[in-house]
Amino acid sequence: MTTLQLSHISAGYGKRIIVCDVTLTVNAGEVVALVGPNGAGKSTLIRVISGVVSARSGQARVNGVDLLRASPAQRAKLVAVVPQMIHLPDAFTVGEIVLMGRTPHLPFWAAESKHDCEVAWQAMRRTQTESLMDRRADELSGGERQRVVIARALAQEPKVLLLDEPTAHLDLKYQVGVLELARSLAQEHALAILMTMHDLNQAAVYADRVALMRQGEIVAQGTAKAVFTAEQLSSVYGVRVAVSEHPAHGTPLIAPIANGNGKHPVL
Amino acid sequence: MARAPLNALGSADTSVSLVPGRWHAVGVFGACVAVLIVAIVVAVAVGAIPIPPIAVVEITLSRLLALPRPAAYPDTYDKILFDIRMPRIAITALIGAALAASGSTYQGLFRNPLADPYLVGVASGAGLGATLAIAFNLPATPLGLGAVPVGAFLGAIVTVAVVVLSAQVGRTTPVSTMLLAGVAIGSFASAFTTFLMLRSPDGLRRAFNWLLGGYTGGGWEPFQIILPYLVIGLVVLQLNARALNVLQLDEEQARQLGINVERLKLTLVTAATLMTSAAVAFGGLVGFVGLVVPHVLRMFSGPDYRRLIPLSAIGGAAFLIMADLVARTILAPTELPVGVVTALTGAPFFVLLLRRLKRSVF
Repeated sequence: MTTLQLSHISAGYGKRIIVCDVTLTVNAGEVVALVGPNGAGKSTLIRVISGVVSARSGQARVNGVDLLRASPAQRAKLVAVVPQMIHLPDAFTVGEIVLMGRTPHLPFWAAESKHDCEVAWQAMRRTQTESLMDRRADELSGGERQRVVIARALAQEPKVLLLDEPTAHLDLKYQVGVLELARSLAQEHALAILMTMHDLNQAAVYADRVALMRQGEIVAQGTAKAVFTAEQLSSVYGVRVAVSEHPAHGTPLIAPIANGNGKHPVL
Repeated sequence: MARAPLNALGSADTSVSLVPGRWHAVGVFGACVAVLIVAIVVAVAVGAIPIPPIAVVEITLSRLLALPRPAAYPDTYDKILFDIRMPRIAITALIGAALAASGSTYQGLFRNPLADPYLVGVASGAGLGATLAIAFNLPATPLGLGAVPVGAFLGAIVTVAVVVLSAQVGRTTPVSTMLLAGVAIGSFASAFTTFLMLRSPDGLRRAFNWLLGGYTGGGWEPFQIILPYLVIGLVVLQLNARALNVLQLDEEQARQLGINVERLKLTLVTAATLMTSAAVAFGGLVGFVGLVVPHVLRMFSGPDYRRLIPLSAIGGAAFLIMADLVARTILAPTELPVGVVTALTGAPFFVLLLRRLKRSVF
């Protein structure tokens, strides 16, 4: 059983500690949502696991492999990332970009084999991007870019998929589309999926478990029902919220309560 | 159903199966090689003593195949061909190839269409090295080379090394810092060059001539010296070209795809610097080749560096041979610096192409 195991991870930039003593496990086939206020350290945690930011202390393992000491290629075979800001070079085509997902499986000087093309093609089919294959990156819409990058991540054949705010800048249809896709990918490929999110209601519906972060620490993790209580959320976000029940799913439904006096706790 | 589109993607014997326009690429390569061959033949034939192209082909083939020399042509043709024009054209070809290939590499490395081979200090470093050699009147080196090319070569390499080292932030070398360090250290080297030049008015002319792209030595020697740098550099660049494609996403994504980004950057800078320095040591600071040739070829071949780097080498060679031909014939017997020709012809041509361009080629 593949799992992503983080234990006591701390990381930061310069003297600032952004992620503090995070311990978290994501099992194969499981979707875990990482939620919390802006600046809580969600994206930094993603960057630590993907090797962009180095950890000060702690361990990150996938199938027993130490991610923090693995080479970039070793790590990229296990962990794929769909970043928040998706920059793609204008003139490259979707086919070329998805094929870049094969990079960790190739010696640096080697060309892609027929097998690599096959894997990339399957990834495009799974994300319904095969019809975009010859399109240039600068001709894609936001939703299409997202799916192309998910296809590239699948072409890596990873064990762990990290999604950094996959629903940001998408309309409702695409938001639901990408979350549904993430759910079914976790099942099909026995992927361990960790995604950062801002929409608590969507996190409650689509994630098996949620982890709530504040100031670099995970203050609560478990099912949405257990974590998303009015007291917990009010204290972490500093706003008053009402928690009811989702009419279709029975998951927590969170709505802010207006103060009505113009005094916002942040401002 | 699943199999059918795969055929359209191409088969395992091609290196870039999911990449569109394979035949198109072959066409672009063929066109570049054809232009290069025509450029060579014309450049060999044209000069103060014109030699008919057919004579060029016959004499060269007979020598290559060790056949008896065609008696119809005067003996002087041999000397002109093999001792004067061919070495010059061969050196010109190598210089053009080195500048264009490293130019395309820098554009990819810095993800900046304005990048050229001189971006990280090669030009100012070579200028300083050459001027130092002249100012101190250094003798010819043990290898029998003039002190100027050796000084230029060393100056370029030392300057780039200083730029790269001073651009390091922690264990990384951000390209933006490299660019800024290149500007700062380049300005310093240029200022120092100017200072040295003004102190020795006699050396000024020699240094200035060299900077403008005048060729120093004659014969085949420079060719033999530049060739290994070009070959090794091109091989290294070509082997890393797919990684350079991945780097076009951005450094963070490249790292997440398993590229050792810092090692890749240093490898590319080193290879490109060695090639450029060797070229500059003999060719002087020929501008525009490294900037324009890769862009022009991008418009035809697409952004894949596995094609773009070798194409740039061929195209750069062809372009500089033609420019050199113009430089030595248009005001004959006076020779124009080849850099003047590359800028005078390259710039308008490039602007024309840009105006016809409807979208980014980068």
